[in-house]
Amino acid sequence: MPTYPILTDLARLFPPKRLLQQRAQLAPYESDALTAFHARPAAVVLVESQEEVIETVRLCHRHCVPFVARGSGTSLSGGSLPIQDGIVIALNRLNRILRLDAQARIAVVEPGVVNLDVTRAATPYGLYYAPDPSSQLICTIGGNVAFNSGGAHCLKYGMTANHVLGIKAVLPDGEVVHLGSESLEHIGPDLTGFFVGSEGLFGIALEITLRLLPKPAVYRTVLAAYSSLEAAGDAVAEVVASGLLPGAMEIMDNLAIQAAEAAVHAGYPMDAAGLLIVELEGEDIQVAAEFAHLLQVIEQTEPYEVRVAQDEAERMRIWKGRKSAFSAVGRLSPDYIVQDGVVPRSKLGQALGIIKRLSEAYSIRVANVFHAGDGNLHPLILYNGSEPGALERAEELAGKILHMCIDLGGSITGEHGVGMEKLQYMADMFSATDLQVMDSLRQAIDPQALANRGKKLPGGQAPARHMHGPHPLEKQGVISRS
Amino acid sequence: MTNWIDTVTPNSIEDVQSAVSGTSHCLAHGNRSKPGLASAPRSTTYLDTRALTGILEYEPAEYTITARAGTPISEVEAALAENGQYLPFDPPLAQHGATLGGTIAAGLSGSGRYRYGGVRDFLIGVRFVDGQGQLVRGGGKVVKNAAGFDIPKLMVGSLGRLGVLVEASFKVFPRPQSYATLTATYPTISDALGALHKAADARMELEALDLVLDRVDGLRTLPTLWVRLGGLEGVMPQRLAQLRSVLGAGDVMDGFVETASWQAGREFSWVPAGGALAKVALTPSRIVALEEKLATTKALRRYAVGGNLAWIAWPAAIAELDTLLTAENLSGLVIRGVTEQPRIGVQTGQVFARRIKQALDPAGRFLAL
Repeated sequence: MPTYPILTDLARLFPPKRLLQQRAQLAPYESDALTAFHARPAAVVLVESQEEVIETVRLCHRHCVPFVARGSGTSLSGGSLPIQDGIVIALNRLNRILRLDAQARIAVVEPGVVNLDVTRAATPYGLYYAPDPSSQLICTIGGNVAFNSGGAHCLKYGMTANHVLGIKAVLPDGEVVHLGSESLEHIGPDLTGFFVGSEGLFGIALEITLRLLPKPAVYRTVLAAYSSLEAAGDAVAEVVASGLLPGAMEIMDNLAIQAAEAAVHAGYPMDAAGLLIVELEGEDIQVAAEFAHLLQVIEQTEPYEVRVAQDEAERMRIWKGRKSAFSAVGRLSPDYIVQDGVVPRSKLGQALGIIKRLSEAYSIRVANVFHAGDGNLHPLILYNGSEPGALERAEELAGKILHMCIDLGGSITGEHGVGMEKLQYMADMFSATDLQVMDSLRQAIDPQALANRGKKLPGGQAPARHMHGPHPLEKQGVISRS
Repeated sequence: MTNWIDTVTPNSIEDVQSAVSGTSHCLAHGNRSKPGLASAPRSTTYLDTRALTGILEYEPAEYTITARAGTPISEVEAALAENGQYLPFDPPLAQHGATLGGTIAAGLSGSGRYRYGGVRDFLIGVRFVDGQGQLVRGGGKVVKNAAGFDIPKLMVGSLGRLGVLVEASFKVFPRPQSYATLTATYPTISDALGALHKAADARMELEALDLVLDRVDGLRTLPTLWVRLGGLEGVMPQRLAQLRSVLGAGDVMDGFVETASWQAGREFSWVPAGGALAKVALTPSRIVALEEKLATTKALRRYAVGGNLAWIAWPAAIAELDTLLTAENLSGLVIRGVTEQPRIGVQTGQVFARRIKQALDPAGRFLAL
C-alpha cells in the first residue's frame, strides 16, 4: 500500500490504536448497510473530540485527500461507503450529550450519539426525540442529520430536518460554522435545514441542537388485517380522508408479516395479505374520541380482523415486529435489497399492484413494508447472491420500481438518501439544470469535492438520461462488489 | 447615479427568466404586505409577481397543494377550507394580500406554528429562477423526499436574494373541527412565563401559546397568556377545564370572538399605523432580559410560539432596535419600516451563506444577503 504524506500527519494527531491502517483493522469499515459495495480507505481515524475532527478535515483539505464521515454504518444507500484511499472519520466515540435543557426542550449532542439515547436521556423529563428510524438502537444522530432520516412516526411531526434547530459544523475546507440557533424560529435563509440531508457533502456536523417533544399522554394502536394488499392501501386513503391525523400508519405484506413473526413473535395475523398498523397519540380525552372514530372508519374498509393493543406491552410488540421487519427478511432469503421510494399517498393501491406484477414478471419475491401514511414504500427484493446474475436482476427490478415512483409523481428516495445507490436515477427525477445547480452549490462549498466524493450527485457534467449499468466508480475499478 | 425604479410584470416563468437575465439588479415582490422587504436601496428593477397566480394541483385526498408563487395565501386557504384542510404554519398577513412566494421568502409563520411547525416544515417543493435566469426545481410534490439538496428549506427566509420563486408545493393537514382559547393575565412577566412553561409541559396538544403584553397606562404593560386548543368540538369543554386546572385560572374565549382575536394578531392590527414591525427569533429564557430593555421604550410587543418568536412594534429608528438586538445576541427581521437592511441584530452562518449566494447568484443580480 502506498504511504501518503497525510498518514504521517495523522500519526502526529492520533495514537496508533486510533489510527487504523492495517488491512484487518480496515475490513469492518469497507462497507456499510448497502453490503453489495465495498472500498478500502487509506486509514480510519477514531476521533474522540471535535478538535480532532476539525484537524483531520483540515489535513484532508491540505493534502487534497477525500474523506467520509461515519457513524454506525447503517446507511442503506451506501452513504458511508469509504472512498478508495481516502480517510474515514469514525464518529462513534464523539458521543456526548452536551446539554439537555428540559424547559427549553432541546438537547445539544455530538454526532456519534445514538438516536435512541437522546430519547432515553429525555424520558425522565417527559420528553422524547421524535424521528425513529428502524435502526434507532444503533444509528447515530450525525448520520440522521446527513441523510435526513425518517421513521415510522414522520406523518405528524416530520423527518430529522424538522427536529434540528441548529448545527455547528466543519466545512470541507476546515472552516467552522454555526447555523441556526436554539429557537424554533429563524431569520435569513434556513441554512440548518439546507445542511440536513446533504449526505456529508457539506462537511461534518460537530454539535447538533435537537428539538425535543413532550411525550404524548396516551397512544392508541390498532392492527387491521386485510385479504388483499390493495385493500390495506385503500384503507390508508380512507383514514387520511377521514380528517384524522395519526402519528403513524404502516403497512406490511404477507411475506414481511411471516418474517417479522418468525423473528419476534409480534402476534400478527399470519394469514393476512396486508396488515395495517395505525397509531393515534395525544391527550387522553381527545384521543379516546378520535380512536372511536378511527375504528369506525377502519370497520368500513372491511378488514377481516381488527385488533386493538390493550396495553403498552402489546403496543411495543407490534412496533418491535414492524421495526425488525427489514432484518427479519434475512430469514427468508440469503440476500435482499432494501428499496426506498415515495408515491403520492392516493396512488398507494396502484403502486402496490404494479410492484406485484413486476415481482411476478421477474419471478423474484418482493416483501413490502412501508410508511403508508407518507406514501413511502420499502420493497425488500429477495435474491440469492450466489446465483450468477441474481443481483443484477434484483437491481433491475428495483430500478423498475423507482421509475414507477417517478412516473406516479413521487421520489426515488423518501429517507435512505441517494448515497451511492441511486446516483443513476437522479437524472430521471431532476433536469440537467437542476443537477447542475446542485453541483454548483456543492462546488461553492467544497471545490475539491473532498467530502463524501461520489455520493448524492451524479458526477461532473450533467449526466445522460437513463444511465444504467455499473456505477462509474465501479467501472474505474475504484469500488467493487463483493 | 440616479435612483430610478423600473417595474416589470412577468406573465410567465419565461418572462421571469428573461427579466432576471436582462437586469443588473432586481427584487421580486407580490402585494407588498411586508413593505420592509419589498423596497430596494438602489437602482433596481422590481419584478411584480402578482400575475403569476393560481393553484396548479390540489387533490384533497393527497393533502398537498401546488400553486404559483404569486398566489395569495387567502386563495389557497379558501380552497383548502372547502375540504376541511389548512396550512398549519398559520401564515400571517393573508388579509393584507400576502402571497405564497412572499411568505416563503420572508420565512414567516404565525402563532399556530406552535402545534406542528413553521413554513420550513410544510414547504416540500419549489421552482425558482436563479441569478443566471435558470429555472430550477428543488424538492418535489410528495410529503417525504430525500433526493437532492433540500433547496426548498434554503428558500425559506432567503428574502428573494437567492432566487425568484415561481411555484411552491406544500403539505397540508386536516383542520381542527373547532377552536377555543383560554386567556389568563398575570402581574409580572416572570409570573406569565411561569404559566407559559406550565401550559407547555401539560402534555396537552396546544395549537398556539402566546404572551400578549397589553399597555395599561403610560409605559406599563400587563402580560396575558393566550392558550389555544383545537380539535373535536364534543370534548372541548373537558379539555378547557383540564387546561384551566393546569393554569389555575383563565377565561374562555370561543366562537367568532376567538377567531377574530387570533386573526387580528395574525394581521398585526395591534401595530400602530405607520410604525415599524420586526420579527425576532428567540427562546423563552431570553424574554426577561429583553423585556428589561423594552420596558423603557414605547415598543408594543407580543411573544408567540411559546416564546420562540417576538413581534416588536418599534416606534423609533430601526438602527436603535438593531443595536438593542445585537446587544442581546438576537436576530431580527424588519417587515415594516424604512431600512436599507431588513435583517437586524446578529447574523449566523454567514460564511456558509456567502458560498451559497455565490453559486446561485454569481453576478449579484439579487440584493446582497
